[in-house]
Amino acid sequence: MAQTGVIQAASVDKTSVEASISRIRLITLIGLIAAWECLALLGSIGVLYNDVVPSAWKIAVAIYGELVSAAFYRDLGITFAEHIVGFIVGSAIAIFLGIAMGTNPLLRKALEPYLNAIGSTPKIIFLPILFLMFGTGIESKMAKGAMSAFFPVVFTTALGMLLINPVLIRVGKSFNLSKSQMIRKIYIPAMVNPIITGLRLGMAITVIGVLVAELKFADGGLGYRLGIYYEQFRIAPMYAIILIIFALAAAANVGMTRLQDRVNRHMAPTTAKGKKARASASGGLGVVATN
Amino acid sequence: MDLIGNFFVTLAMTGAATLLALAIGIPFGYFLYSNTRYGIAYEGWLAAAFAAPTVLLYPLFLVIFGRSHATLIAMGFIPGAIPIIIQTRQGLLGVSRTLLNVGRSFNISDRDMFWKIQLPSAVPTIFTGIRIGVMYTLVNIVAIEYLIDFGGLGRIVSEMYFRFDTPGTYASIIAVVFVSVFFYWGFGRIEKWLRPV
Repeated sequence: MAQTGVIQAASVDKTSVEASISRIRLITLIGLIAAWECLALLGSIGVLYNDVVPSAWKIAVAIYGELVSAAFYRDLGITFAEHIVGFIVGSAIAIFLGIAMGTNPLLRKALEPYLNAIGSTPKIIFLPILFLMFGTGIESKMAKGAMSAFFPVVFTTALGMLLINPVLIRVGKSFNLSKSQMIRKIYIPAMVNPIITGLRLGMAITVIGVLVAELKFADGGLGYRLGIYYEQFRIAPMYAIILIIFALAAAANVGMTRLQDRVNRHMAPTTAKGKKARASASGGLGVVATN
Repeated sequence: MDLIGNFFVTLAMTGAATLLALAIGIPFGYFLYSNTRYGIAYEGWLAAAFAAPTVLLYPLFLVIFGRSHATLIAMGFIPGAIPIIIQTRQGLLGVSRTLLNVGRSFNISDRDMFWKIQLPSAVPTIFTGIRIGVMYTLVNIVAIEYLIDFGGLGRIVSEMYFRFDTPGTYASIIAVVFVSVFFYWGFGRIEKWLRPV
């Protein structure tokens, strides 16, 4: 492909930039681990509190210990069940309401101030109410998950409805499509992208919401496990659980982003200001959806 | 139950964490802007950290600082600093070429370039980061207060629930909602005022 010298020079330059970027990343990682090990060393000779910063090796052993223990998978299963149920319930209600708000300006104007207000409060503060309503078992965490998932999804869905390219709707109207055809052929394809964005955000927030609820009050789940380790001052397993949770959350996020990219490739220009909608939804610029 | 006093405790924690986030976030954002390679290298990590469940780090700070105000401030600082860093970089990257060229043709120093051209034109975007950062800081501080039964408004909610004081629980929850609505509204107003549309 690179037949002329100029292009070759440009591509060499590009690879050297990429190389230096990955070098920076590598050096940063090594530096962080080295700094961590220094802290651990200081701890073990008694300068810092002992064992507050366990060495990376101990954490790696603890991660392995978690991954081979049956109790860990039981807790993982509980958290997963709470997360999935909460996520599905919360986002289903949110998509329904978001579409209703997008198509009905009166409803949107009436509901938006309240949703914005509740959307920016820490949802965890409603946990006592959920405990009163659903008890302290797994049900209240599902409710908490649904509550966390609801807000980002409803905001992005309503915004997505508003930003559908009017040309698409006019095309549908000029072909004299029936209402069901409009929904199937125009609205649903145009809404896939904003809804997936909302679901990605909602998924990440639901993880936090469920785990935080478990930390407060639970008899099972990863958050509960984390709390127990903290109370027993078993620091290495505590870090192990935190790292595992971070890895799982990151994996879920990457998966949803991949899905979104795939969808984007098939149907790019669906919104009038597609870029703006995506920026405000994914960067949280429009609203602050909190855990 | 002294909602006002506890409100000021939460407010002071949020203020301290926000100041810390500004003091570190804006210079770091500027660093990432001026060193393009570092900016690109850390961009994805920052986005990942922004989406990560950072609230779960609180046992770590409990172990280091104990149940103290330092834990609250540290936990408020982390989620507050990340959007400020991201938006500072974005804002500076978005400064229009024309403005920069005008500065260059006047042959002004780097210092003046930053204070007279780059910063003023990046302020609206940076402020978006600050608004998001403050909201996240407030939310995380209240959440941690609730989780560790220490500090201001969050502790009150937890305490009322443990005392089976249901009206008190609802009252304190409503107080938290009011505070965050007030923050949301206030910062939204300031942002509209700063952004010349």
